[in-house]
Amino acid sequence: MRTAARPFLFVGCVELRQTLDSHARDARELMHRLAEVPADSVFFHTFGYFLRHRPFTTAYGNDFARWAAVEIGDRTLAERLAVVDPFAFATVEALREHLVTILQDHLRLHGGDPRVEFDRAFHFQRSHIVEVGLGLAATTLAEFRAGLAAADASAIYLHTVEARARGGRRAGDFAEWLRAALELPTLAERFQRVDPYLTTLERVRGRLLSLVDRALEEEPA
Amino acid sequence: MSRIDDYRQVAPQGAVDMILKLADRVRGRRFLNVTGGRLGGGAAEILREAVPILSDLGVDTSWEITGGDSPYYATARALQATLEGAERVLSDEGLARWVEVNRVNAKKLMLDADLVLVHDVQPASLVTHRTDGRWVWRCHFDCSAARPAAWSFFRRFADQYDAAVFSLPGFECRLGIPMYVIQPSIDPLSEKNRELSPREVADILAALRVVPDKPLLVQIGPFTPGYDPIGVVNAYRLVEKHHDVRLVLAGMADDEPERVEIRDELLQAAREDPDVVVLELPADAHRQINALQRAATIVLQKSVRAGFELGPAEAMWKGKPVIGGYAGGLAQQIIPDVTGYMVHSVDGAAFRIRHLLNNPELIPRMGAAGREHVRRSLLITRHLMDFLALMIHLAQ
Repeated sequence: MRTAARPFLFVGCVELRQTLDSHARDARELMHRLAEVPADSVFFHTFGYFLRHRPFTTAYGNDFARWAAVEIGDRTLAERLAVVDPFAFATVEALREHLVTILQDHLRLHGGDPRVEFDRAFHFQRSHIVEVGLGLAATTLAEFRAGLAAADASAIYLHTVEARARGGRRAGDFAEWLRAALELPTLAERFQRVDPYLTTLERVRGRLLSLVDRALEEEPA
Repeated sequence: MSRIDDYRQVAPQGAVDMILKLADRVRGRRFLNVTGGRLGGGAAEILREAVPILSDLGVDTSWEITGGDSPYYATARALQATLEGAERVLSDEGLARWVEVNRVNAKKLMLDADLVLVHDVQPASLVTHRTDGRWVWRCHFDCSAARPAAWSFFRRFADQYDAAVFSLPGFECRLGIPMYVIQPSIDPLSEKNRELSPREVADILAALRVVPDKPLLVQIGPFTPGYDPIGVVNAYRLVEKHHDVRLVLAGMADDEPERVEIRDELLQAAREDPDVVVLELPADAHRQINALQRAATIVLQKSVRAGFELGPAEAMWKGKPVIGGYAGGLAQQIIPDVTGYMVHSVDGAAFRIRHLLNNPELIPRMGAAGREHVRRSLLITRHLMDFLALMIHLAQ
């Protein structure tokens, strides 16, 4: 069994949320505020959705789509916003631009009349990620599997979503380590192809574990 | 007193280990909470549970309270009410007295700590006497509709803090400091939420003279307009035309004329209909509330005005579907069609109750989803993680 010179250290995270005192009560205000809030806020309401999303809730893909569906009851707008896959954009600014363009186009076609009470408004937030070393380390694929199975779900988010979207590590931490430290490029490629969009962190964990299991079976004794 | 390891049996997998790792990073730091008292709900209820656990985790945690004379308490209450949007008379003399008494409090209290968390309004002006360390104002209520004059007065103190913490986004009013969001939580091991045996539940119901011989609709909450208990009775009346059910309204009344009037109306409804049970419970009736929620078929929280209100979380933890009014933090707790329903009217509440009673297979399904939702998002373990993350973040 291969042994990596550099161990993989599993790190979990806690999301400390910050409210920005920026609110939208209809789709037009959502468009204007979305264009001007810090990029961290766009990240929180799109990529950050995956950290908060629970398996039994309806999958809207991001907070904007959920708000359009649940609070202003605009199913058309909700669908248009929900289908935006944030992983398809190279930068958060490009993602922001696309979301604003959708809102602009929707307003041109349908208007943005439904206006909600303040307590149902969209409240823009951002978050600060506090990383937590979990004390789990791996130098072999078997150890990696054990760590992946035991780690808090936030570690799956940090090493896949955050690493790709905010950390600039486009392959994600898991794939990068499997390729560079454990010299398993095929498994790394398979990890990289796992789609975290519109699923849950536990499902992502399950898919990654099954890939590791397959690799362990294929590995020569 | 619960120890952190006791929560392994109820918290999500890995949560306690995360808390231990976070606590390692702030071990030895001094952390002070200041409130206006040690009794009642809100801040005090949370601190009664969290302070011993944080101490157990090695965080040097203490809790001080401010005190004063009658005008001091009266002004603090009136000021908080105006910050919550109510109309009250606030005199310059009363406000000056509040500031002055807190100046005296600041001399008496040990305010040296690495992090000082000042809860709500009564002790808030202590910040003008701050020493080293980071100071955070923890606001447990919704101040988004604060009276402008009151907010202008209060803001001069609030802006002297390093940060503020609110229970929900949208509960804040304009401030020039960072504003964080930490949702409240329930303690699953407290008297109000711990497991009770069927025998315990039966004994408590017998003592309360609640006969569980038919489906129970239960609402727990003060007999105030904000909780709309009269609306709940009217919803029950629409339901009982089709279903043999019993309504239990358990709450607290005090001497305020508005509350007495509502209580009398509820008692009259109970005299006219033996299936309406009105219980006046003392503030420490935690086991009774626990048993009533566990005995319920459906729990109602038909508030029309609310802060965060943890009643839905308590009921969902006990595996009950919750029908809640569209107010305050209820919308953050109840996931429509998954853990219960949000309603805007008496008719809407009746419709949803009938829907559940006519489709009884939904009741355990929603109850199970509610319990899982609370386990992940509304337990004290999540709250401790958020809080420790705040300590770490502010120390950076």
